[in-house]
Amino acid sequence: MAEGWWTYVVIIVAGFLATDIWRWLGVLIGHRLNEDSEALYWVRAVATSLVMAVTAKLIVFPTGTLANSPLWLRLAAAGIGFAVFLGTGKRVAVGVLVPIAILIAGLLFLQP
Amino acid sequence: MSSPRGNLGWFFTGMRGIFSLPAFILMTSYVGFSAFALESGLTRGEAVAMTLGIWALPAQMILIGTMLGNAHIAASFIAVTLSSIRMMPMVASIMPEMRTKKTPLPVLLFVSHFIAITSWVFASRHLRDVPRDHRVAFFAGFGMTLTLTNTLIVGVSYGVVSQFPPVIAGALFMLTPVYFISSIWASAVQPVVKIAFVIGIVAGPTLALIVPGFDVLVAGIGGGTVAYLIDRNRRRKLLAKSEAA
Repeated sequence: MAEGWWTYVVIIVAGFLATDIWRWLGVLIGHRLNEDSEALYWVRAVATSLVMAVTAKLIVFPTGTLANSPLWLRLAAAGIGFAVFLGTGKRVAVGVLVPIAILIAGLLFLQP
Repeated sequence: MSSPRGNLGWFFTGMRGIFSLPAFILMTSYVGFSAFALESGLTRGEAVAMTLGIWALPAQMILIGTMLGNAHIAASFIAVTLSSIRMMPMVASIMPEMRTKKTPLPVLLFVSHFIAITSWVFASRHLRDVPRDHRVAFFAGFGMTLTLTNTLIVGVSYGVVSQFPPVIAGALFMLTPVYFISSIWASAVQPVVKIAFVIGIVAGPTLALIVPGFDVLVAGIGGGTVAYLIDRNRRRKLLAKSEAA
């Protein structure tokens, strides 16, 4: 790790600027888009696909403690949870609590 | 103001979003981040500056990773900026819904800093229920409160919470993806969003095996384009049918 003030330079340049230039570009692009234009349909599709790719990767390739849990348990928790969510009127609380309950039950059951 | 509630009122309404499931989930993630920062040798001040200045958890983790490896600042910049490209379509997709014709550009540039994945989902769900004139104020109320609260959490929990017990840590980690899955699906109004949702979920992990490092970008641009084309085809057929009838 580098020392003192240099770390803050790294945070500002390689952190703040490296991230916010994309936000600012997004504003400039979004500023020109009209609601319900064809281009906005495309941008929405790209944004959604991107976010869901990140999301699915969190389940399939987790970091930290979950990395030691079996993939089938994580997939089953997410899959069954989503099915229950769809079948019970699409309540977000259901979509969150059911998979978490399945995951915790599985983790406790598999504990050595 | 023609509306009974002014911008300040809507700003406070946005602030109240801090008492919500997604905000709670993100706070637990940031407690985890402060433990990770301590473990990695960052000072409290550096962890706080990173949270406030970057405000994107994956980018923060990547920056720490490159700093641990004593990477050159240019290498850190490239690694972080590649992971942050996703911000561009995310921000662009909510701008048309958020701004009015009169919203000054500097205001939007400032507010964009508070857009990250959680606040993007929040905006996709709730902006449509807010009168257009007050959407920027509403979002700023939520986004700024969420960012500042989590910055505070990182500062306070630094050195206090070392680690959660494994089962709790696992459950907290899992909260983020399952929340995104159900809330993004629940807030999807246009079919194109649902098509992109399914393609993204399949493409993300698959492409991680095929083009590691660029998986999210390819899944986003490629998968999003495929979803758009499928949806455009669907809309054209629908239009042809209604014209024939």
